[in-house]
Amino acid sequence: MAIDTKKCVGCSDCVVACQTENNVPHGYSRDWIAETVEGTYPDLAMEIRSERCNHCDNTPCVRTCPTGASHVTEGGIVKVTHEECIGCGACIESCPYDARYFHPDGYVDKCTFCDHRVKNGQDPACVSVCPTHCMYFGDLDDPNSEVSKKVATRKTKVLAPEAGTKPQIFYLI
Amino acid sequence: MREELITSGRMNPLIDPYLNAWHWQIPLYLFLGGLAAGLLFFAGYFIITGKESKYQTTVKYGPIVALGAIIIGLGALLLDLKHPAYFWQLYTTIRFDSPMSWGAWVLLLTSVVSAVWIGSYLKEAFPKFGCKIGFMRKLLKIVIVEKDTNSWDWKFNWLQKFEKYAQDKRKAWAWVMVVLAVILGVYTGILLSAFNARPLWNSAILGPLFLTSGLSTGAALLMIMTKNHIEKLAYSRIDLLLIVIELFFITHMFMGFLASSEVKVEAAQHFLGGDYTVTFWLNVIILGLIIPGILEALELLKFKIPVIVPGILILWGGMMFRFIMVDAGQVIRYLY
Repeated sequence: MAIDTKKCVGCSDCVVACQTENNVPHGYSRDWIAETVEGTYPDLAMEIRSERCNHCDNTPCVRTCPTGASHVTEGGIVKVTHEECIGCGACIESCPYDARYFHPDGYVDKCTFCDHRVKNGQDPACVSVCPTHCMYFGDLDDPNSEVSKKVATRKTKVLAPEAGTKPQIFYLI
Repeated sequence: MREELITSGRMNPLIDPYLNAWHWQIPLYLFLGGLAAGLLFFAGYFIITGKESKYQTTVKYGPIVALGAIIIGLGALLLDLKHPAYFWQLYTTIRFDSPMSWGAWVLLLTSVVSAVWIGSYLKEAFPKFGCKIGFMRKLLKIVIVEKDTNSWDWKFNWLQKFEKYAQDKRKAWAWVMVVLAVILGVYTGILLSAFNARPLWNSAILGPLFLTSGLSTGAALLMIMTKNHIEKLAYSRIDLLLIVIELFFITHMFMGFLASSEVKVEAAQHFLGGDYTVTFWLNVIILGLIIPGILEALELLKFKIPVIVPGILILWGGMMFRFIMVDAGQVIRYLY
């Protein structure tokens, strides 16, 4: 996934779309908005990002899971099998992005990239509702996909690269 | 320079405003696990070195307390799970990458080995069947027969045979127990250090540091438990050595943080002037290490010191150390 920080206005439509699409319980969220302001007045730079699970290439959450409930599916989406999750919290502690939370039903929940939609050829809910079209979803292994082209032609950054997780959400800056 | 970071749309309980996924259960369990590791290590060690006659309390009664600590610790772990009814899924798989999987299996093995150990010493530890509590009596009567007022025996032949086998192969059991105790002690630290998302925990020295602290709390408890003067004095010396090693490791931990990346420097700052400074230095360093260290040094210089004072202080310091590390580790997060 690639997210254009120059286009994002922080409207939170992605947050609401996700909560509706995935029946996220009230008071919880799988994605959120981060706003940073850098510099000293009057030289200020603002960045707005839509954040979620980075579906990392090097997944500390999958590594620390004692039961194997956390896993990487074919295609690179990181998921949790609810029936195998005992709710120990190891994956929550291991995530530098704090992208996982305890679902009130006793398992750990997180962004799934709406894989139920992706299977049918649709975009994740957050991507499809974005009013500024700031998000691009697709196959990063395919050099001809729109997302690969964006990542190849624009300047990008990932969050906390020093954590060594190889995040797969690229922010276009 | 970053002026401000606002996160909106996310208010996940136990994650925001700061991570609080692990509460009192985990540090309590880490303390009890370390304590059990210490108790079992010394029991095994003194059998291997053939000094069991001098260390009767260590060998006979230490493992009983250790098993009790493990059971209470497991209870705390179970309370920590958000889906405790599924806990058995820990034992349907072995995942070498996951410290928690290691821990679950090591705890199971340690409980079994220490139970066998306790069983093989039970006749020596409790020669009389003097249990007065009604339901305990009934429970014990399932496997035990009272021969007369001064002795008892196992009810089943295979139990008697197994007891003899355990007693004959005591040294082998001791080796198994020492190895398991070291793994258990190191694991309590590695459980935390395996999370590179938490800068304060992500230090390789946490393994040996928690092991040393566990051994030290084990020695402190044995020092309080034993009535034998030689045993008391021995543990006083052992504890003094362990305190010095622990201070050395803690110094190295902070040196490592301060010479590392920005997040780790900031993690260390929480203890060197930040909000955890007083709690940590007062409870862990001064009350838990330096004062008992001085008291034990004075005891070696033939001053009369009631062992209960340094003993309790060491236990207190060990417990506070784990509570502070678990709590602070979750507050200190990655900056991006």
